[in-house]
Amino acid sequence: MEIVRSQRQLAAAAAAASGGGSGAGALPTYRVAPQLEVRLEEFELFAIDRLRVLKGISDGLSRGKRPEEMEKLVSELWKAHMRHQDPAEALNKDIISHFVLRLVYCRTEELRKWFLSMENTLFRYRFRLESPESQRLLMSEFQLPYKALPHSEFEAVKDKLSQVARSIGQSASVESVFFKVPFEEVPDLVASRRVFLSKGYAYVAMSQVVSLVVTQFRCNISKALVLTNRKWTATIKEQEKDRLTPIVEALSNAYFGPDYSQPNDATEISPKDIDQLARTSFPLCMRHMLEKLRENHHLKHGGRMQFGLFLKGAGLKLEDALTFWRSEFSQKVGSERFDKEYAYSIRHNYGKEGKRTDYTSYSCQKIISATPGVGDHHGCPYRHFGEENLRAALNNMGVGGNALEGILDKVKNRHYQLACTMTFEATHGVSCDTGINHPNQYFSESQKVLQAKNQTVQSQLST
Amino acid sequence: MGDERVEAMEIDAQQRQEVAAAVPDGFNADYLRIYYGKLFPYGDFFKWLAYGNDAKHPGCDQSYIGRRELSFTLENDIYLRFQSFDTAAELETSIKEKCPFKIDIGPVYSVDPAKRHAYAQSGNNVFVPVERELIFDIDISDYDDVRYCCSGADTCLDCWPLMTIVIKILDTSLRGDFGFNHILWVYSGRRGVHCWVCDSRARKLSNEQRSAIADYFRVYKGGENSLKKVSLTGPVLHPFLARSYTDVLKCFFEDKLLHSQQLFASEERCQKILELIPDQNVASELHDKWQGNRRSSISKEDVNAARWEQLKTTLQSGKHKTQGLRRCVEEIVFSYTYPRLDMEVSKHMNHLLKAPFCIHPKTGRVCVPIDPNNCEDFDPTAVPTLSQLLGELNAAGMQIDSENDWERTSLEKYIRFFRTSFLQPMLKACKEELETAYSAKLQQSKNTLSW
Repeated sequence: MEIVRSQRQLAAAAAAASGGGSGAGALPTYRVAPQLEVRLEEFELFAIDRLRVLKGISDGLSRGKRPEEMEKLVSELWKAHMRHQDPAEALNKDIISHFVLRLVYCRTEELRKWFLSMENTLFRYRFRLESPESQRLLMSEFQLPYKALPHSEFEAVKDKLSQVARSIGQSASVESVFFKVPFEEVPDLVASRRVFLSKGYAYVAMSQVVSLVVTQFRCNISKALVLTNRKWTATIKEQEKDRLTPIVEALSNAYFGPDYSQPNDATEISPKDIDQLARTSFPLCMRHMLEKLRENHHLKHGGRMQFGLFLKGAGLKLEDALTFWRSEFSQKVGSERFDKEYAYSIRHNYGKEGKRTDYTSYSCQKIISATPGVGDHHGCPYRHFGEENLRAALNNMGVGGNALEGILDKVKNRHYQLACTMTFEATHGVSCDTGINHPNQYFSESQKVLQAKNQTVQSQLST
Repeated sequence: MGDERVEAMEIDAQQRQEVAAAVPDGFNADYLRIYYGKLFPYGDFFKWLAYGNDAKHPGCDQSYIGRRELSFTLENDIYLRFQSFDTAAELETSIKEKCPFKIDIGPVYSVDPAKRHAYAQSGNNVFVPVERELIFDIDISDYDDVRYCCSGADTCLDCWPLMTIVIKILDTSLRGDFGFNHILWVYSGRRGVHCWVCDSRARKLSNEQRSAIADYFRVYKGGENSLKKVSLTGPVLHPFLARSYTDVLKCFFEDKLLHSQQLFASEERCQKILELIPDQNVASELHDKWQGNRRSSISKEDVNAARWEQLKTTLQSGKHKTQGLRRCVEEIVFSYTYPRLDMEVSKHMNHLLKAPFCIHPKTGRVCVPIDPNNCEDFDPTAVPTLSQLLGELNAAGMQIDSENDWERTSLEKYIRFFRTSFLQPMLKACKEELETAYSAKLQQSKNTLSW
């Protein structure tokens, strides 16, 4: 892809189509970067439009939307941001924006993961909207070597296939075209038990082949991102330092919001403040874990990670973190066992052990998608608590009446972050227009509100 | 002749026990040093982790075993991560010298983990895990809400069947559904079991694929803060769950746990089960019935079975045809019996897991393999302890007819089982794969040349 500053015409759309690797349908597979020229303005504008789509998908996922709802959402987002009267132009925009964002999101593991996951979801739902014919074309484009299950084999497992179909709420009449593939190829179908498994093979219905295609798609993009990153660091970054590099860097920051992984230097909290801060400024998930930690003098691994990284993000220094955790854990397991078994992982979180990554605190999306098991207290209370427990917990925070019912209503519709935002608003008496996306954001917004109130009080006192 | 041998073995076993008492119970570095000096099966252990790459075949990956992380926990709580060994002799020397209280096995990395810092400068992601057995870790302490005999790390023969269920269900599915063949089950030494799936296909799974398998096994939802822990949706169960229910869970629940755990023996326990019934009316109907029959002639032993039958009849009677209630019987059985996995351990390649044949410092018991085909017979309280083994060694001290010291102790049958049922078939498969891969490679390079 070549980027030009002037108002030169775009290269023929046909070139883009073949470069994007799209046979017939409107869904490109982004196998090869297109040989075409792009105006600098479009380089940025197209990327922003695609980012809007990806961000919308990310929000949808974090609200735990069901597949049908996601399908609708993706289709709407795409129409709103990526449509163009001329189909060839639309295809161009699709391909260009994808490759620009590859540059933007190739640069760290975290960014790659996010981009891969969102592009994957986007592709999945766009694929589902394609006609069966173009779906088959895409399958052949990915060179998937699978043949439909021969009749004799099909008959032998027909009952099981029907049982699986009914178990996921489909009618008992079994589809007739199935593919027998290694289970590794369809992890999403295995995870949700939506396929019959036997001897290492998954029996994938024609209506489920999207999973096969997506696995391949994901694998291609994942490899490409790593390569792009190498090229970026080796050459592009320096070569383009006056032209593309600033745009690329601005693009990733523009949409990711502030980075809560690195505690703001201005804020520092100490172990003795934690209880007070929890009462005024911790989101419910963190209040709950602190309460359980004080009660049981223990938290299981998932809780230690979610809560520990939150505290780190809120400004608890490593030494203080060790003091804090030791003071609780030692009451249950003794300080010797604490030093032996738990201190390591705390230092690890602060990047002082193991592979020395400075770990980032969990976002709402990650917390919502957690799967707490027996004895676990992490996760998102709005998602993982039963209604009674959530009601009691909110009452405890002083939320009642209409606000409480409103929050529970949001929970029923699986708007967990909105429920949390409403809790913030109810407990702070201010509106929170940005919405809550991150527990550390909740914390810092809360601190801001409280400091503003303090200042008002003080200025009133002084006058 | 045959009879004589049997007799000889009996005497032997008796002697072993008598003398075992001569070494005081316990766990300490001195005992452990003798264990590592005379009993630990280094050769088998190393052969396992080499997966055939220690042979002379030109297709072998000579660097393979040296990229595996082992981690030692020493007596004074020093934690030595990223240990690696190229030969069985190196491994043996190091273990004997350091005398680790615990040995953990990590993944195979892209480069020798001991030299990871040297690679750290050279850029991104050079030091990453590339292979790892698919592992499962199940702790009985995760079942505290459904067992009344013990809690925490304790276990007894009344609650151990919960672990038997785990082995039966996972082993059947890993083989039947996922097509794995080389599966090692190990007693964790105190409170649970570990599972190592060692097929090369399993070792090469990505994190995402590992998560998918763990999720396939998961029916447990919601953590500590929701009442209903198991939620089975859909008009019928997936074949895997249906099979698990009829072949294993139902029988264990009705024939074992109902009685051994006295699941309906008190008001409080009944209440806990009634909370799993979504229909308040049905729950209180049953509650009233049970209040009534407390005074009736049903003897204490029968109360669990009788109440369970009443619950089933009520929920499955024509009156309550709604699907949710019929499913409720199954949900109760699943809640009280279905395996509870530590998901995180299985999902990521880089989790460490304690090695087989370690000694658990708290119990002194050896982490011995468990035969999944006879897992009902496994008795955790009969697993040899360190002091017992040392006693047996002392007793056999003068004999010199056996090649290995462990052959004279009760560790023998476990090492033999490890060899014949796990190691040998697995190494055979590794060898075949290695040869196939190698000849394919040769073929390929021939083709390229002829072009």
